[in-house]
Amino acid sequence: MVLGNYKQVIAARSTDPEILRKAQDGGIVTQLFAYALDEGIIDGAIVAGPSDEPFKPEPMVATTREELLASRGTRYSISPNMALIKEVTRSYGLDKVGLVGTPCQMQALRKGQLYPVGLRDVADKIALAVGIFCMENFPYQGIIQLVEDHGATKLDNVSKLDIGKGKFWIYTERGATVDLPLKVTHKYEQPGCHVCLDYVANLADISTGSVGTPDGWSSVFVRSAKGDDIWAKAIAAGAFETKPMDSVKPGIDLVTKLATDKITKNQKYLESRATEYGVGKALRNPYI
Amino acid sequence: MGILESLKTLLFGKRDVSGEKQDEKPGSAKAEKPADVIIEEKASIIKEPKEEKPVADKITVGHVHMSGCTGCLVSFADTYEGLLTILDKYADLVYCLTLADVRHIPEMDVALVEGSVCINDHLSVEEIIETRKNAKIVVALGGCACYGNITRFCRGGQMNQPQHEGFLPIGDLIDVDVYIPGCAPTPQQIRNVCVMAYLLLKGNDEQKALAGAYLTPFMNLAKAGTEACGCDIMTQVINQGLCMGCGSCAAACPVRAISMEYGKPQIERDLCIKCGACYAQCPRSFFSFDVVNQYEGIMDAIDAAMQP
Ligand SMILES: Cc1cc2nc3c(=O)[nH]c(=O)nc-3n(C[C@H](O)[C@H](O)[C@H](O)COP(=O)(O)OP(=O)(O)OC[C@H]3O[C@@H](n4cnc5c(N)ncnc54)[C@H](O)[C@@H]3O)c2cc1C
Ligand code: SF4
Ligand code: SF4
Ligand code: SF4
Repeated sequence: MVLGNYKQVIAARSTDPEILRKAQDGGIVTQLFAYALDEGIIDGAIVAGPSDEPFKPEPMVATTREELLASRGTRYSISPNMALIKEVTRSYGLDKVGLVGTPCQMQALRKGQLYPVGLRDVADKIALAVGIFCMENFPYQGIIQLVEDHGATKLDNVSKLDIGKGKFWIYTERGATVDLPLKVTHKYEQPGCHVCLDYVANLADISTGSVGTPDGWSSVFVRSAKGDDIWAKAIAAGAFETKPMDSVKPGIDLVTKLATDKITKNQKYLESRATEYGVGKALRNPYI
Repeated sequence: MGILESLKTLLFGKRDVSGEKQDEKPGSAKAEKPADVIIEEKASIIKEPKEEKPVADKITVGHVHMSGCTGCLVSFADTYEGLLTILDKYADLVYCLTLADVRHIPEMDVALVEGSVCINDHLSVEEIIETRKNAKIVVALGGCACYGNITRFCRGGQMNQPQHEGFLPIGDLIDVDVYIPGCAPTPQQIRNVCVMAYLLLKGNDEQKALAGAYLTPFMNLAKAGTEACGCDIMTQVINQGLCMGCGSCAAACPVRAISMEYGKPQIERDLCIKCGACYAQCPRSFFSFDVVNQYEGIMDAIDAAMQP
């Protein structure tokens, strides 16, 4: 089951033009949180906020629409959103917590709910976990290397980064576009990503990503009972425009293919850790 | 996978599969109790007219206080009404100096041991040995029992037992079956282990399988050793090429010894109290798809089990 359990998969985008203006894709994440905040479904959400370095995400607890808007867009480097998962229920005082994260962060969240070793009183305060698809991530220094060295573009001038259609895209504020073949990006990938066996955030309440749908739209998996309930309400409230997944190109087949590719490749690497690193020794396998 | 189904059967099974039997037995009108399902086979107990609750199938639990601070027991109590549900339905507390007047360590199914052992205090050494002899399952409850925690820093020289200087986690003196790390361990984690320990001892084969799968990581931690430190994040995760920067370790640390620098944990080792929470919480220490993929069902089921 490379796509995980889900109740439905749809193509969707936000109906809010302000959210869409700077959203990475269909603005699903920001719209979901904005709607949930308005309705009192969440008191706030842990998102990847801006920091003082361009395109370096900094985990942030957003409790207003403005803060949510400031977190729009993908930053292709590590944002340790789980680092705030306890604090958000402490000094921030939130009872109904939203969280966005990559598949590994959704795994961390669910492990934390089932095995709360150091996360007292966190498990039942998670109201909405939104997962984003993720093929791999990069250390921030890798992004600098890619944009400034390979892309010969100052990171301060970049308006958007995107990975899609087999390329790493750099869009500048003044309208220039630089694209790099994905091949050059591989060596900058975070090594820990190579043991990752989840592409479409199988453990989120709702997960979303760009692949499978046209530009400006998102693929959305509605997974848990909680996710189903919130999605239905958001649709009823007119927060999203939707299309059946089988009516859009390239559609679910591409999502399935990329998910299968990722899992197969990483499974192979995991096996190699047991046999090819050392003589009579193995690197540790976290999956039991 | 069967695991979830089996838990559901345990919790709701009577209503689903043998509703008709329910009517025959006025004494068991409430079908939600896991114990009821098991009790069915033991007709002699349920027919006993004075027996209002099927207490006979509870497990026996003791709390053994070694060199600890009682914070682990407070965490147990911090399940609030959950504690009463546990004591009502699943477990009899047969020993706990803080809460009950039983003076000597009795036989018990599960011993929750908090604190480490002062090897210069012969009574402590005797007690931990007796605990192992008297308990089917020994649980090291909290960072001190598992890993020594703050007592790792003891070195004697204080009034009025300046010679009390050697402290060891209980696993250095006896075999330990299950670890619950954390300083303090969380109420929710203790609750989950209690429910699962009950299933392990009183459930059918499938229920035992679920409990076994859930508890496996904590049994593996018990086998892995008695040393913990923020350094584990380095030696077992980052050095092994497994860290993906989620930040769980930083969230878990009770003393904020871990911060995230450019997406990776930075450990302030002089702040670290060696509790082991960061490594145990890290999703790249252990991660079981079998269990975690069914988080929704398992969490619902534990909630249901905790209903009074
Ligand atoms: C490292 C990475 C790799 C990805 N790889 C793929 C892929 O292979 N295929 C695919 O279809 N989609 C991928 N995505 C997801 C995609 O880029 C969009 O994030 C997603 O479609 C959401 O778009 P949106 O318009 O709904 O979100 P928006 O409304 O624009 O909001 C984006 C949200 O993502 C959060 N966010 C941004 N950066 C990070 C980060 N580094 N870590 C955690 N949260 C962050 C922000 O806090 C914000 O809440 C990836 C995302 C990341 C961060
Ligand atoms: S590839 Fe996996 S481990 Fe890496 S950031 Fe994405 S979800 Fe996390
Ligand atoms: S770094 Fe923190 S969580 Fe980890 S062992 Fe030390 S005190 Fe415990
Ligand atoms: S919890 Fe584990 S994977 Fe996550 S940041 Fe810490 S060491 Fe890395």
